Amino acid sequence: MEEETHTDAKIRAENGTGSSPRGPGCSLRHFACEQNLLSRPDGSASFLQGDTSVLAGVYGPAEVKVSKEIFNKATLEVILRPKIGLPGVAEKSRERLIRNTCEAVVLGTLHPRTSITVVLQVVSDAGSLLACCLNAACMALVDAGVPMRALFCGVACALDSDGTLVLDPTSKQEKARAVLTFALDSVERKLLMSSTKGLYSDTELQQCLAAAQAASQHVFRFYRESLQRRYSKS
Amino acid sequence: MAEPASVAAESLAGSRARAARTVLGQVVLPGEELLLPEQEDAEGPGGAVERPLSLNARACSRVRVVCGPGLRRCGDRLLVTKCGRLRHKEPGSGSGGGVYWVDSQQKRYVPVKGDHVIGIVTAKSGDIFKVDVGGSEPASLSYLSFEGATKRNRPNVQVGDLIYGQFVVANKDMEPEMVCIDSCGRANGMGVIGQDGLLFKVTLGLIRKLLAPDCEIIQEVGKLYPLEIVFGMNGRIWVKAKTIQQTLILANILEACEHMTSDQRKQIFSRLAES
Repeated sequence: MEEETHTDAKIRAENGTGSSPRGPGCSLRHFACEQNLLSRPDGSASFLQGDTSVLAGVYGPAEVKVSKEIFNKATLEVILRPKIGLPGVAEKSRERLIRNTCEAVVLGTLHPRTSITVVLQVVSDAGSLLACCLNAACMALVDAGVPMRALFCGVACALDSDGTLVLDPTSKQEKARAVLTFALDSVERKLLMSSTKGLYSDTELQQCLAAAQAASQHVFRFYRESLQRRYSKS
Repeated sequence: MAEPASVAAESLAGSRARAARTVLGQVVLPGEELLLPEQEDAEGPGGAVERPLSLNARACSRVRVVCGPGLRRCGDRLLVTKCGRLRHKEPGSGSGGGVYWVDSQQKRYVPVKGDHVIGIVTAKSGDIFKVDVGGSEPASLSYLSFEGATKRNRPNVQVGDLIYGQFVVANKDMEPEMVCIDSCGRANGMGVIGQDGLLFKVTLGLIRKLLAPDCEIIQEVGKLYPLEIVFGMNGRIWVKAKTIQQTLILANILEACEHMTSDQRKQIFSRLAES
């Protein structure tokens, strides 16, 4: 029942744009992804980025309560459970960001009056949690066979007080001047969602976005390799 | 792993649509666009190609291609919406350019018209039975849709019974409806499934594999024990053998078939045949 695809993806991406003082070679942490590991949900995936790990399960298209049904498209619900404690306001706000990203990508009009539920469980948090949640949600949606118009990925970056850009920051690196998380789509690397915290200038935002777009290629290549490995077994 | 120079090239490669013919049998991801055969000539050199305008009344040389599961039409290209292997079937006789579809692995069933499915009766309200088929809504089954059923002669269907039927109405906008007779009014194997036996669930891909013509698994299983078996396209299989133990063995074999190679399967069958 387990189809493991542990791909060693320690990647260095040189950022070619901009001239602000940044360290050369921003690197993403080691990725790993496992699909179809849970037996009850229609689709499930576990995504690891360094030490951050999120488990996602997707149920759908399934029955929906009459009060929540939408007449012309599917009702998308995201539930995010933290590792310890009860879900609070921060989880609710992340759920909404993930839901908006998924709604932009999932073809809900093919399944009106149904519900598609994404349940995310944080297994360990060592930085870039929102980006890891987005990646796990995308892999789980693909595993469940929900029709989508594109794939999406999440990339986080942190800006130091001296302007250094660090992609995929760890918890220690997240105590920086600003942390920006972007969700990008796979067709044209367009921006689907951005969530930022801290102080940064306009040019720095553009630089972070460009760095995230370059890094997202590696994430999409990793998706492609892990999905090809999964289908090559059958 | 990635050279900086190739990063830029790959960004261009990712966004260019590929010809459907060249991708057959490969894994495609959601978001990819595929070109149909007659458009490749225009796209070849990468720009607008001047074609001589034909003045005689020749029929348009466009071929009609059917877009199967996992693909959507997007302008004059095909957009992939599910992950899986791209397949193509040549047209049987003349017309059209065949069917393209994506072979994906899924657990959740979406009702499709004409599919034969196994359902469980969950409610009886007036003249209609509500049948759970594993989709987003229960399907409705009228009591007159059984062979030989009339208003005086009602079929003997209770809540909890297993029904093998086919969909006559199944689209995204309406509640699915199923019947247990074919277009001639005969049951043709459909109706209430008998007593005993075991119902279990497998993935949709395994059902399609088992129902493909010349499937070795079914022939080998048939040689092991005498059995009755019903396959529902919604991922449900009902199996019945002489004893409970044999039924359970068959259920376990069919569930495990998905992950075994043919050699492992032959080993297991030979071991069972001996005992």
